Order: sequence, then C-alpha cells, then structure tokens
Amino acid sequence: MSLFQKLIHIDRRIIFILIFFGTAVPLLLVLNLPVEVTKNVKNVYKMVEETPEGSPVIISFDYDPSTKPEIQPMAVAIIQQSLRNKLKLICIALWPMGVQLCNEAFEQVLPLFPEVKYGIDYVNLGYKAGGMVTINHMAKDLPSTFPTDAGGIPIDEFPIMKGINNFSKIGFVVGLSAGDPGLKQWVMVVHDAYGRPVAGGSTAVQVPYLLPYVNEQQQLTGLVGGLKGAAEYEKLINQPGFATKGMDAQSVAHLIIILLIVIGNVGFFITKRTK
Amino acid sequence: MALIMERIGIWVGAILTFAIFSFLYRDNPFYKIAEQIFIGISAGYWFIYTIYNILIPNLFTPLLTNFSANLLLLLPALLGILMLCRLIPRIDWVSRYSIALVVGTTAGLFFKRYLQSDVINQMNATMINPFSAPDLAATIGQLILIIGTVTGIIYFFFSKKHEGVFGGTARVGIFFLMISFGAAFGYTVMARISLLIGRLDFLLGDWLGIIKP
Amino acid sequence: MRRQIPLFITFFIGTIILVSEFIPHKPFGNISTTLGGWFLIISGFAIILGQLNLFKVNLTKISRKAPNWQYYIISLVCFLIMLVCGILWGTLRQPGLLYNSEGLVAFFGLKPFDYIFKYLFENLSATMFSLLAFFMASASYRAFRARNAESTLLLVAAVLVMLGRTTIGSTLTGWIPDSLTYLHLPNIANFIMEYLNTAGQRAIMICAGLGVIGSSLRIILGIERSYLGGR
Repeated sequence: MSLFQKLIHIDRRIIFILIFFGTAVPLLLVLNLPVEVTKNVKNVYKMVEETPEGSPVIISFDYDPSTKPEIQPMAVAIIQQSLRNKLKLICIALWPMGVQLCNEAFEQVLPLFPEVKYGIDYVNLGYKAGGMVTINHMAKDLPSTFPTDAGGIPIDEFPIMKGINNFSKIGFVVGLSAGDPGLKQWVMVVHDAYGRPVAGGSTAVQVPYLLPYVNEQQQLTGLVGGLKGAAEYEKLINQPGFATKGMDAQSVAHLIIILLIVIGNVGFFITKRTK
Repeated sequence: MALIMERIGIWVGAILTFAIFSFLYRDNPFYKIAEQIFIGISAGYWFIYTIYNILIPNLFTPLLTNFSANLLLLLPALLGILMLCRLIPRIDWVSRYSIALVVGTTAGLFFKRYLQSDVINQMNATMINPFSAPDLAATIGQLILIIGTVTGIIYFFFSKKHEGVFGGTARVGIFFLMISFGAAFGYTVMARISLLIGRLDFLLGDWLGIIKP
Repeated sequence: MRRQIPLFITFFIGTIILVSEFIPHKPFGNISTTLGGWFLIISGFAIILGQLNLFKVNLTKISRKAPNWQYYIISLVCFLIMLVCGILWGTLRQPGLLYNSEGLVAFFGLKPFDYIFKYLFENLSATMFSLLAFFMASASYRAFRARNAESTLLLVAAVLVMLGRTTIGSTLTGWIPDSLTYLHLPNIANFIMEYLNTAGQRAIMICAGLGVIGSSLRIILGIERSYLGGR
C-alpha cells in the first residue's frame, strides 16, 4: 500500500482530532487577521442607521441554541446599534427558543444602555407558531396575534405598542433566521405583500438560498451571513465581540479542510494512475 | 449562592458537552443519556411555551375574560381537541377536519406568496440590462446571471428530452447548479465550524477560563 | 364523511384565502383574518399533540421493554421536570402557579426552567449540531473528489468560497495591487456568490416556486389527498 493509499484510509478519528485542535489553538493564540466588510452587511447597517429616531422596528428571533454561535453575535450587534439610534424594538420569535435567546441578547446589551426601559424602548412579545400564516395574520391584526408579551402582560399596557396595529408604522423588520419559518417568510409577507423593508441575519448554511432575494427590488435590503457576517457587523458598530474573536479559528479550520480536500484528491489521482 | 449555582451549571454543561462529543469515538451510554436528556428537555420546553405563549393568550384568556365576545374561538378550540384525537387510534380520523383547515389555509396562502416572491419577482430580478451596469465586472456578472438562470430553468424542464441544442443548454445549466452547490458546501462548512467554535469558546472560556470573554 | 368533508373544508378555506389575497376587502379579508387566528390556535394544539405523542411512544417502548428502554425513562423524566418547573415557577417574566418564587430565583440565579434551558439544553443542543463539523471534515477528505467537469466545478467553487469568506482570504491576497483587485480572494468569492451562485439558486427557486403553486392548486382542488392519511 502506497503512502497516499494509507493516507486515504486513515482513521477518521485522526481527522476529528486535527479539526478539534485546529479550531481550539487559534482561539488561544489570537492572530487578529483583518475583517473586510461586504456590501450586503453594510446595507443592513445602513438601513438601521437611516431609520428615523423613535421608529418602531421588529426583530424576529427565529433560531435556537444549535445556531446560537452564528446568530447571537448578530442579534447583540443589531440590538446595540438600534438602541444607540433610539429605535423602539419589538421582539418576537417564530421559534420557541428564540424567546430565551432574545432575553439573553438583551441581558448582554442592556448594561451599556441604563436608560432603556422595558415596555417603552423594547418589548419581548414571545413566541407564536404558524410561520408564514402567522406573519400574514400580524400584517392584518397585530394585537390579536400578540395580545400579550412573553410574560402574559397585555400589550396595551406598553407605551411602545401604542398605535401598532399592523406593519404600516414599522420602520423595518430584521429576521434572525436559522431555517423555516424565518427570513424567507418575512420577505414574502412583509416586503413583497406590504412593502416594508426587510433585512436579516442568517446561518451561513442559508446564505446561498437567500441571496437571490438581495436584488434590485430589494426584497431583502441586506443580509448578514454566518459568523463572518457577524464579525463584519461588529466591525461596523466598532464593538468587537465573539464573532471577531472566532474568525481566526474559522480561517484556520477552513485551511485544514481545504488541505484535507487537496490531499484526498492527490491520493485519488495517484491511486487512479497506478491502477 | 447564585454564583455557585452558575458554576455548577457550567460544569454540568461541560460534562454534557463531553458526553455528546464522546460519540465521535463511538456510540456509548454517555452519549445516549445526553441525547435523551436533550429530547426530554426540548419536548418540555416546546410544551410549556406553547401553553404560555399561544394557548393562554390567544385562546383561554379571551374565552375566560369575555366569553360572549369571543364565542367564535370555541371553533378552533374544538378543532384543536379534534387534532389531539389523533392519539386515540379508534377515532384518529376526526383530526382530518383540523388538518384540512391547516392545509387549506397554507395552500391558499402559499399559492399567492410563492407566485409573487419566488416566481414573478425572481423573473423581474433576472430581466435586467447588463450593459447599464457600473463597471465591466458587473456587466459580465449580470450576463452570467441571466444565462445561468435561464439555462438552469431549462435543466429542470423534463417534458422534453435533453438532447441537441436543448440538451446542450441544459448541460450549461448543470454547470451553474454545480457551482451553486459548491458555494453552498463552502458555506455549510463555515456554519458547522462556527458551531464548533462556539463549543470550544464555552469549554476554554466559560468552563476553564483560559480565554477571556 | 371521513374524507369528503375534510376535502370540502380544504377546498372552501383554500379558495377563500386565495381569493382574499387578490380581493382583500369584506367579506374575504375578514374571513381570512379570522382563519389566520384560528390557524395559530390549531398550530398550538398540533405542537401539544407532537409532545404528547413523544410521551406516548416513549412510554410504550418502556412498557414493552424495547431495546435500550432504560434510556427512554430519562427523556420522560426530563420532560416531566420541565413541565413541573414551567407550571410551578414559570419562565422569564411569565409567572407560574407559585408566582415568581423570588427565593428560588435568588438560589439559582434564574428560574429553574430557565436554569435548565441555559446550562443543560443550550450546551446539549449546540454540541449536538457542532458534531457535524467533524463529520463534514471527514466527508470532505474521503468523498470530495474532482471526478469529472461537474464535480471539479463544485470543488473549485467550494474552495474559493471557503477561502474568500474568511479573514485568511484577505490576508493571502492582500498584497495584490489595486489594478488586479478582481483577483483578491474575497472579491472572487463575492463574484461567485452574487452572480454564479445566485443564477443557480434562482433557477431552483423559480422551479420550486412553480412546484409549490402546482401542489397548492392540487390540494385545493382535491386532486392531492395524501395529507388525509391512508384510511
């Protein structure tokens, strides 16, 4: 058996160890490689910046802890920028675990904004099932879709919800999405049927499928994709966080995988030639 | 006390993390236990949140506070109960009434939304003038975008045999689809590595305190 | 009655919703809004059905002593613990039967339900999905081969995107002069994503969209009936 044949048949657990340490070591030895900001991320940032102060906006937490490392940094960054710009944040979740993750994101951000009050500057309306049908119902009658917040308090007790009956007064919707229901459904209803701007953040897996919506019609105003997108957003708001910290490890892990692909292919061609 | 409980929580989290990682070596009882804890907690979480965030505010509270004004809500309540009858094999067919409403609503809404967002708007987004693009790269890109979309659609047209000019065009479409799948693979790798980074950050940061938060 | 009435309900409701999308005025608009509210409530019951079914299936496995039945006891116990914690002490701002139980919150730092979610579930869920990183690396090594033109395109696109969408891409080609900026790896990755990937994905999206429209119509007209089940 040649060296390459042996290499091709190595125990997969050796590859696992390689990936484990290849990701862990850069987390310990910070390389601080430069993060370049892309157009789609800049567009989301610009949309939030250009929304007039005091506008109510919706942030939808449509993900769960399995994708938290990718999406939570975006949530934290977008909430931070929105609160800095004095926007009123109406938070909802189309995934039940989004309610808790929304709460965690605010716990992280609120110490920076001691003046921000629940019910006045932000509210967590909780989880609703039903995906696109529920978003469509919100567009027609938001108070009957969300009669209370996540804690069971009627929404008419919150000043932030005064006069919000549908999407007409909503500045924009940001969907933080890990799948279905998520950003696709927000685009289909809020932008395509009601003409309000929609932007969002998604897991890297979803990016290729969502990109066709970033077009001249601005079905999606912009898209923050995966950990790299989150790192770009952290750079834009000038608050490096988890995503920025993770980019070195991400780069090294990618290099290892590319190396594995190259070795696998070289072995494949050499074996093929000898046959 | 809360601080001690937080430390205990982090330790339990770390132990469960290793229990799941142990599957990388081979299937074992520790992994199975962690897997069942995951399923149990997840089911309980969904149950509680459905009750607190959907059934209480949207059904029970309106019925209990103003019954006469919300009389009509008895109908979805009944359909919901019929849905639960699926658990009783002898009468599980009654759940079809509720499923019919759900399927009917979804079908009606999807028809219009997909037509508008995924068909008409996507066609509009492809009908662009590449020669009005700001630079050469964008012009080439937009030309590629038009050719790729049209040939890709031709590939999915199976009512005509893929041969001759039609077959050649469909083959160009396959190339575009392959590049899309390659890009999707690249992004999937990126996503999975990010999740691993999240785990390692927890182990090295929250648990061991080697890296700063 | 077992099949005809559900088929009629689907036809009637599907048609009303569809018409209301084009004519959003009375009476269609109002009916559609009401149906949207009903859908939400029935979806809630459907979720409850799913959890109860899981409980039933696990209980059956335990009572029949199916292989590895002992493990299913763990999932049932965890399910019940979450229910008890949620019902008695509530979640986040939501009070439970024993209201907010400040004493317990002071002890745990969080409500018991939230504590279990944060320290047990979050770690379990995130780790479960991070396993895929390892399997993906192994699969890339063993199965990702440039066997023909199509797979070579797939491979090259994947490698360029993997390089271009990380910081290493900028570092590796950061020295390239401005006149050759299109060779900069992040720009190549952006070009692939913006044009080549979008073209392929858009073709899939349009065709899948047409498929959804066809299926919706078949369901509304009662041609597609598989959702009603066997009998």
